[in-house]
Amino acid sequence: MADITIRAVRKSYGKTATLHGIDLAFASGEFVVILGPSGCGKSTLLRMIAGLEDITGGEIEINGRVVNKLEPRERGCAMVFQNYALYPHMTVADNIGYALKVAGVPKAERRPRIAETARIVGLGDYLARKPAALSGGQRQRVAMARAIIREPGVFLFDEPLSNLDATLRVTMRAEIRKLHQRLSATSVFVTHDQVEAMTLADKLVVMNKGHVEQVGQPLDIYHRPASTFVASFIGAPPMNLIDCSIDAADAVARHEHLAIPVPPAIAAALGGRQVTLGIRPEECRVLPAGQGQPARVDFVEELGSGRIVHVAFGSRIFAAAIPPDIRLAPGDLIGLALPPAQLHVFHRETGKRLDVTHSAGRLGLGPENDRVNEQETGLRATEAV
Amino acid sequence: MIQRTPYADAFTYGLMALGFLLLIGPFAVIVAAASQTMQQVNAVPFNFLPQNQLIANMTAAWTRADLGTAMLNSFVMASLVTIGKVALSALTAFSIVFFRTPLKHVFFWIVFITLMLPLEVRVVPTYAVAADLFEPIRLAIAWATGITVSVEWNLLNSYAGLTLPLVATATGTFLYRQFFLTLPDELAEAARMDGSGPARFFIDMLLPLSRTNMLALTTIMFVYGWNQYLWPLLMITDPAYKTTMMSLSSLVPHENALPDWNVTLAGALIIMLPPLLVVAVLQRWFVRGLVSSEK
Repeated sequence: MADITIRAVRKSYGKTATLHGIDLAFASGEFVVILGPSGCGKSTLLRMIAGLEDITGGEIEINGRVVNKLEPRERGCAMVFQNYALYPHMTVADNIGYALKVAGVPKAERRPRIAETARIVGLGDYLARKPAALSGGQRQRVAMARAIIREPGVFLFDEPLSNLDATLRVTMRAEIRKLHQRLSATSVFVTHDQVEAMTLADKLVVMNKGHVEQVGQPLDIYHRPASTFVASFIGAPPMNLIDCSIDAADAVARHEHLAIPVPPAIAAALGGRQVTLGIRPEECRVLPAGQGQPARVDFVEELGSGRIVHVAFGSRIFAAAIPPDIRLAPGDLIGLALPPAQLHVFHRETGKRLDVTHSAGRLGLGPENDRVNEQETGLRATEAV
Repeated sequence: MIQRTPYADAFTYGLMALGFLLLIGPFAVIVAAASQTMQQVNAVPFNFLPQNQLIANMTAAWTRADLGTAMLNSFVMASLVTIGKVALSALTAFSIVFFRTPLKHVFFWIVFITLMLPLEVRVVPTYAVAADLFEPIRLAIAWATGITVSVEWNLLNSYAGLTLPLVATATGTFLYRQFFLTLPDELAEAARMDGSGPARFFIDMLLPLSRTNMLALTTIMFVYGWNQYLWPLLMITDPAYKTTMMSLSSLVPHENALPDWNVTLAGALIIMLPPLLVVAVLQRWFVRGLVSSEK
């Protein structure tokens, strides 16, 4: 059990900066998932927590102790690597027990602990095997057992499931979650897979280009993405985005010939502004031609449980989830209804979310948008709802 | 690729047989000659069939050239070269591959350059160093104080002198370096997370993993050390430190002496035996260690 505080942490290799001042705090026992596209710096951040990368600037604190200068072994972290990094010449038992051996735990004491740990991850019968004689999933378990046996305060996972096949990934995901509930150590899990992120996280950190885009509970992030990046990165298929200008008089957002109705509060607060509107595919409703906004079916993806129709909507391709009973063919003309309450509004240039506080009937922005708001609309910023 | 090409097949087999004859031919001559009497060996035409004098010839060669001492010396020398080389190269490659130091590339290139300087090329300066190790210190003292100190400190007629110059070359370092580079970074990182320091990582991970490499290098270095001729010839004047190659040259009949090539060749057979055994035992790992690493 350990809490982690990351303060203004920066990383640069020579002159190229990869992390530009990260501030994060993870509570003890939390399951934190860091999500981001490849090259966003998420693995670097994890490796800095582990002590495998030097910290260029800022501080990392584990359990109230600044660990910048500490060796990995002194930080109380255990790590599971993407390619498992098992010791190929050692048996499963030796792999699991290596940390104890290094720590000088006598053999008689090691053996029962290895057996117990192997039992937890379901490897009891494989202790005498070499890693080469194990399947991918079993190797992953060995890697996890190797981390568990040290009873660390912090578990670090570096994309541990990306080398597994799809079925196994789902099983291992569930097992990691169960293991976390059982051991309740703080876990930091790095991934680029949004499904892993959504299912595992107590707290989700979305990163992009060395910055933290958003921190929060998975559902909050899904329902209230802080930027167009988060909106398009989370959700499959991603959120539909379309550039519009707000027409306050008609309470619509205009894009070419389209006029999308928006809530009056938004229209009033943002009249005349260039914005990006976003809507989740599952919130779009398909109507017969003539109703809603005109759209043309581009192609249909069959998912079994439902299907996704991709439609040409203005200059954009929109995805919409449709129930199985609606039959559509490419080229069909349909109407698309975008419920105003489900629309997300983003700043056109910065991509940041713009929120309207309904109670006060005025524009409210996230703290990071204060400046933009005051300069451009002259309205007073309030805390976002 | 499987193709039906009978003529090409016949040609390659022919070539292979020719190569085999070229390789085995001299060996067959040695075996045949070593087992013949002096008259038979000098007869024209040469009889390629082995006779029954092998043991007698070998005994003669053994006593005449004092092969017991020489074999022991050669064995000690080859073993020391092998052990020194294997240990030194492993450590050098370890430091070159796994440590980030500012002068890493300088060190690497210094080691690399020695590849182009085999012992035969640098034999004179190396001899000068080995013959008078104290000289730099003497020069320093003379420069600082003007006093010339006369201290005898050299490596002539010693196992150290026989082996040290042969140990300090880059071949083994390269073999290890190439192998270490194939190991994933995560292996070192996982070991670090498990709390092991560099020395522990070297002993627990790198040494067991590079076993095939080590055996391949052992094979090469043992044969290399055993076959040294020029260097022992320069370094050794004391018969007690004679090596087999020097003895072999003393077995070669002089002008005007009896042309007993049968004894010479019997001696050669004995001298060939140890490296042959080493290769026979280690050849399985030899190829594997040079070709690739088992993962």
